[in-house]
Amino acid sequence: MTVPAIAAQDLVRTYRTKRSPGNPDAAPVVALDGVTLEVPPGEFFGLLGPNGAGKTTLIKVLVTLLLPSRGSAKVAGFDVVAQAHEVRERISMVSGGESSGYGLLTVREQLWMFSQFYGLPTRAALGRIDELLRVVGLFDERHRRVSALSTGMRQKMNLVRGLLPDPEILFLDEPTVGLDVSAARDIRAYIKAWIAERPGRTILLTTHYMHEAEELCQRVAIIHKGRIIACDAPAALKREATGDSYFVLSTEVMDGASWLGQLPGVHRVDSRAFDDHTEIRLRLAEDGAIAGVVKALADRDRRILSLQKLEPSLEDVFVQLVGQRLEEADQSGGPS
Amino acid sequence: MIATMPRAHGPRRFFRATLGRSYPRIIGSNRDRSWLFYDTVLPLLGTIAFVYVYKALGAPDRFIGYVIMGGATTAFWMNVMWAMAAQFYWDKQGGNLELYMVVPCGIAPILFGMSLGGFLATMIRATAIVLIGSLLFGVRFAISNLGLFLLIFGVAIVALYGLGVAFASLFLLWGREAWHMAELFMEPVFLASGFYFPVRALGFWAAMGTSLIPLTLALDGLRQLLFGEMHPALLPVWWEVVGLVFLAVLFFVLARFMLRRMEFLARREGRLSLRF
Repeated sequence: MTVPAIAAQDLVRTYRTKRSPGNPDAAPVVALDGVTLEVPPGEFFGLLGPNGAGKTTLIKVLVTLLLPSRGSAKVAGFDVVAQAHEVRERISMVSGGESSGYGLLTVREQLWMFSQFYGLPTRAALGRIDELLRVVGLFDERHRRVSALSTGMRQKMNLVRGLLPDPEILFLDEPTVGLDVSAARDIRAYIKAWIAERPGRTILLTTHYMHEAEELCQRVAIIHKGRIIACDAPAALKREATGDSYFVLSTEVMDGASWLGQLPGVHRVDSRAFDDHTEIRLRLAEDGAIAGVVKALADRDRRILSLQKLEPSLEDVFVQLVGQRLEEADQSGGPS
Repeated sequence: MIATMPRAHGPRRFFRATLGRSYPRIIGSNRDRSWLFYDTVLPLLGTIAFVYVYKALGAPDRFIGYVIMGGATTAFWMNVMWAMAAQFYWDKQGGNLELYMVVPCGIAPILFGMSLGGFLATMIRATAIVLIGSLLFGVRFAISNLGLFLLIFGVAIVALYGLGVAFASLFLLWGREAWHMAELFMEPVFLASGFYFPVRALGFWAAMGTSLIPLTLALDGLRQLLFGEMHPALLPVWWEVVGLVFLAVLFFVLARFMLRRMEFLARREGRLSLRF
C-alpha cells in the first residue's frame, strides 16, 4: 500500500490569547478545528480559503513548525511530532512575501548558504543553483545583492531555495501573494513544470486565489474557519455546485440590485457598478428563474446590455458552501 | 524514499552548515566597509577618552595598555550581544528563523556558524583596535606566557559565545525588542568586567560576583600575563583558567537547554509564527 505524502487526522490547533479590551476573557483562538485529509504522493494539492481560514497554521503543523493541540499528522509517513527530523529531511517550504536571507549576500551566495543546511556538496549545489536560476530567469542577476532585488525577483529566488534540495514534498504558502500578474504567472509556470518533470513529488499549495487553485491543483480542499468543508478535484467540486444555475448580466447603471434576491428562484445576487454599466451575477434555483429576473428589470425600465449563462467557478462553489464571497470572508480573518 | 540529490549527513553536514552560516558574517559583513568606521574608529574614540583621563591623573603607563585591551574586548562583547544574543530576534523578523527550524541540519550548526563567523570577523576588528591604539600611544605588550595567554583567550571565547547562544533563546522568549535587552548589557558590563580598569578595584567579592561574565576573569588573567606583578590580580591565573573552563561548560549546557526549551515553546505556543 502506498504511504500518503500527507495525512492529517482530526487536527486541532488552538492559540492562547492575551486579555485585552476586545478579548476580556482571553478566549483561545481555534485555528484548526478537526482537519482530516490525505494527499497521495505525486499530487498537486491545493488548500483554498480566505485569510484566517487556517491554511498557514495547517502548513506550519505539517512542516513541524507548530505542534498540533490535538489529532495527528504524518508527512512522507513520518509523524510530525515524534519524527520531526525525518520529516525535515524530505520537505521544503516557501512562503509568499518572504524576506529571508541576508541582503549583503549575492543571490548565488545566499542560495549556496541554504544548500549547505541540507548538506549538498558545493559543486553540485552551485550547478543546480545556476540551472534553477536559468529556469526562473534570474541567472543574469546571480551576482546581484539580495537587497537590490525586486519583490518578484526575490520570490523567484525563494522558490529556487525551496526547489534546491529537490524535496519529496514541497509546501508553498501563498507563493504568489503580492506579486504582479507577470511574476505570479511565471511562478505558477515553474512549479507546474517542476512537478510535471518529477513524478512522485508532491506539492501542497495554499492560496486564496481561486484561479490559481483551479489552474494548478489536481485536488482542492476548501478550508473555512479551521474546517475543511469540501475536498475534490476542481471539476468535481464545480459539478457538485451545478444544482444551481449561474448567470451574469449587465444593465444600464443601477443604484443597487439586491432587490432581485426577493424574486422567486433567485438564491443570490452580487452586483458591481462600473462607470457605464452594472454587472450582476446571479445564482438561481433553475434556468427558468432568469425569465422572472428579465421581466422584473424590464418592469423597472432597466435595459439589459448582455446576458450570459456561466459554468460555475470555484468562487461559486465557495459561495454556495460558505454563504459569502471569498473577499467577504477575508474581512473576518483571524490567525492563519 | 524518493531518490533526491546526494547529501552529506552527520558531522559532514554539520560542518557544511556551519561554514554556510558563517559565510555571511565573514564575507558578507566585510563587504560593507562601514565596519571600519563603526567597529574600529568609534570604539577607539571611547578608548582614547579613557587614555587621556589616565594620562591627566598621572597614572602608570600600564593603564593605557589596560584601556586598549578593554577597547578591543568591547568588540567581542558587542558582537556577542548584538550579533548572537539578539540574532534570533532579527532572524525571526526577517523570516530566517522559521526556515532554520525546518532545515534538516538542525539549528545547532547554524548557531555554531554564527559564532564562528562572528568570532573571526570580530577578531579582525579587535586586532585593528589593538594595533591602532598601540601605534597611537606607543604601548608595547609583552606576554609572559604565550601558551597560557592563548588558552585563557580560547576558553573565554568558548564561554562567551556559549553565553551568547543561551541569550539568543532568552532574548527571543522574553523580549519583544531585542535591542533594548542588548543595550541593557552594554555599559553595566563594561563597568562590572573592568574593561578600563583592574576589576579588583570593585572590591574582591563584588569582582567575584561579576566573574559570572566570562570577560571578567579573562581580562584579569590576560592582564596578569601582560603586566605581571604590577597588575592587582583578582585570583591566581590558574584559578581563573579553571573558573573560565567551568563557565564554558556551564554556558554550553545552559545554551543547549535554552535552545531546546525555545524550540519546544516555539512549536507549542507558535511564538515564531503568531501574527495576532
